[in-house]
Amino acid sequence: MLTFTIRRLLLAIPTLLFISLVIFLLLELAPGDPLADMPMTIPPDVKEKIRLSLGLGRPMHVRYGLWLYNLFVTEPLHWWDAAFHTTYSEGMQRIISFQTRAPVFDTIAERIPQTLLVVGMGYLVGTLISLPIGIISAYRQYSWFDQFGTFVSMVGFSVPTFVTGVFLIIVFSVLMPTDSMFWLPSIYDTTHQVTDWASFVKQFKQMAMPVFVLALYQAAQVSRYMRASMLDNLSQDYVRTARAKGLSERVVLLKHVLRNSLIPVVTVIALGVPSVFTGAIITENVFKVNGLGQQLLLSIQGNDAPMVLTISFIFAILIVLFNLIADVLYGILDPRIRYD
Amino acid sequence: MPDGAKPVLDVRGLQTVFRTRGGDVHAVNSVSFHLKPGELLGVVGESGSGKSVTMMSLIGLLPMPPAEVRAGEVLLGDVDILKITPEQLRDVRGRRIGFVFQDPMTSLNPVFTVGNQVMEPLLRHMNMDKKQAFARAVELMELVGIPDATRRMKDYPHQFSGGMRQRVMIAIALACDPEVLIADEPTTALDVTIQAQIIELVKDLRTKLGMAIVWITHDLGVIAGIADRVMVMYGGQVVEQAPVKELFANPQHPYTRALLKTIPSVSGQREARLKVIEGQPPILGAAPTACPFKPRCGHAFDRCGNENPQRRALGADPVGYGHDVACHWDARTGGPV
Repeated sequence: MLTFTIRRLLLAIPTLLFISLVIFLLLELAPGDPLADMPMTIPPDVKEKIRLSLGLGRPMHVRYGLWLYNLFVTEPLHWWDAAFHTTYSEGMQRIISFQTRAPVFDTIAERIPQTLLVVGMGYLVGTLISLPIGIISAYRQYSWFDQFGTFVSMVGFSVPTFVTGVFLIIVFSVLMPTDSMFWLPSIYDTTHQVTDWASFVKQFKQMAMPVFVLALYQAAQVSRYMRASMLDNLSQDYVRTARAKGLSERVVLLKHVLRNSLIPVVTVIALGVPSVFTGAIITENVFKVNGLGQQLLLSIQGNDAPMVLTISFIFAILIVLFNLIADVLYGILDPRIRYD
Repeated sequence: MPDGAKPVLDVRGLQTVFRTRGGDVHAVNSVSFHLKPGELLGVVGESGSGKSVTMMSLIGLLPMPPAEVRAGEVLLGDVDILKITPEQLRDVRGRRIGFVFQDPMTSLNPVFTVGNQVMEPLLRHMNMDKKQAFARAVELMELVGIPDATRRMKDYPHQFSGGMRQRVMIAIALACDPEVLIADEPTTALDVTIQAQIIELVKDLRTKLGMAIVWITHDLGVIAGIADRVMVMYGGQVVEQAPVKELFANPQHPYTRALLKTIPSVSGQREARLKVIEGQPPILGAAPTACPFKPRCGHAFDRCGNENPQRRALGADPVGYGHDVACHWDARTGGPV
């Protein structure tokens, strides 16, 4: 398993380099000018100087090489310096956003907590509620619980998050009287700090809707997987063997069947983790949560190539990493699978 | 076996129905049989004759719904195990009745170690702690002939061959020293040499441990080698029942006779074609009012279409204790009874 993991990690390096090159070339091909938002009064020769100062005068391969150098050398050195008060990165140029002229990684660091808190919570809540729903639905197949669960997950799965999100805003923010205890804010306040019970309640309320929207979508998917996987295993011969031993239904279900059913589901859950960062772009926009997804959208609109390239590349790393994690988990959960 | 010993298992008028969308399927129709202590009862019949369903109905291993045990009683000792609570029935399963299934490849849980699975019934029924259960499980694995048992406890089922897995299944079934072992085609999925080994193992264990065995198979050759008594099933009912030597020497039911003729002989003149029983087994859509074997029977006459024959004793013994057959035709006279 260890050699497998190391081999896969090494193989990931060329994969990721190739992905970064493709993203870079795609951004080069895309039309648009990072200075398009500048006032028209700026004379063309000044604009040209700004463009040169952004490094756009250099050839493509030089810019790509510099970005790689910055990403793998300058940025790590900078964070090392920040952590250990050293000065290795002094005078080195970090990756700068075209739009904000601020270091790309500072912006990302500012935005990741919101994304992790809201989107991560949605993913976590969705996953946690989907597992028991899937188990009960399968065990009581075609019961009213199963039928209702199927209906809700079909709705959750097929209605996009921007529809459920807006629907919730209309119900809980617009139609609900503002003095009601069920009123929820439609805009997420990033500057809000949790210091006491009242501020915790406020934080809870502003997270409620985006978390619900994401959790519904996540639960709809995972509970279906869980149900299907449980059904597959419930009819297996080893379940009959377990019952023939006189084990209680609880043990049969939660030990024998569940352990087998979780194998594919855990993989699906692990593969979905990168979407905590990427998939919530729309939900973040609906609720004005200024997370990473929203930043990516802003940067694309502003032709901010370094920002788009860096965020996309981080997503690529996460996807490759969680693919590997899913494979390793698969090997741990299923003794029949051995990679060495 | 001393004659007249009280049976460990006494099944009377068992009737099992599967409720499906296309209507009820009468899989088991008033099946009665008994099992004396230490006896090996062979149950033969083709696929769909209700052999397995009968045995599964006994201890509630069929999925309910769609299955439903409509009538009958199953006396294990003095208790009717069809009438006890599910919790009490679970105390019987694995403790007093052990089960070995057909396919050892799929009957063990792939994600738990073999040791874990052998220990499970011990922890469930025998009030053992983990250490005692482990020691006993190693003993059991040695008993069923698994070499290097202590080390192999930590292995997973996929690391065992088919025959070894079936030995593990037998170890699980025998873990709590049951009075009855039900073996549902335990050698069907194995190749012939392994089959012979498993049969030898069961014979050997039977002399050592003295439990009664129900051995379900469609292989008459196997039955001839191990059974004390044979029960032939067709269309969800018992058509003939006799001590093994009597059955092979003096088969009465046209189905049994046809079945015995289908066995190719290894000695003597080779025949051009293997013998078959023409026709299909019946679809048990309704409670039978006629003999289920009538469409395929060479001796059928009017009465067979109007009346489902009851089991009748051929000797002085009552039905179930000597030789009995459910047929309107008398093989001894060659005419109607």
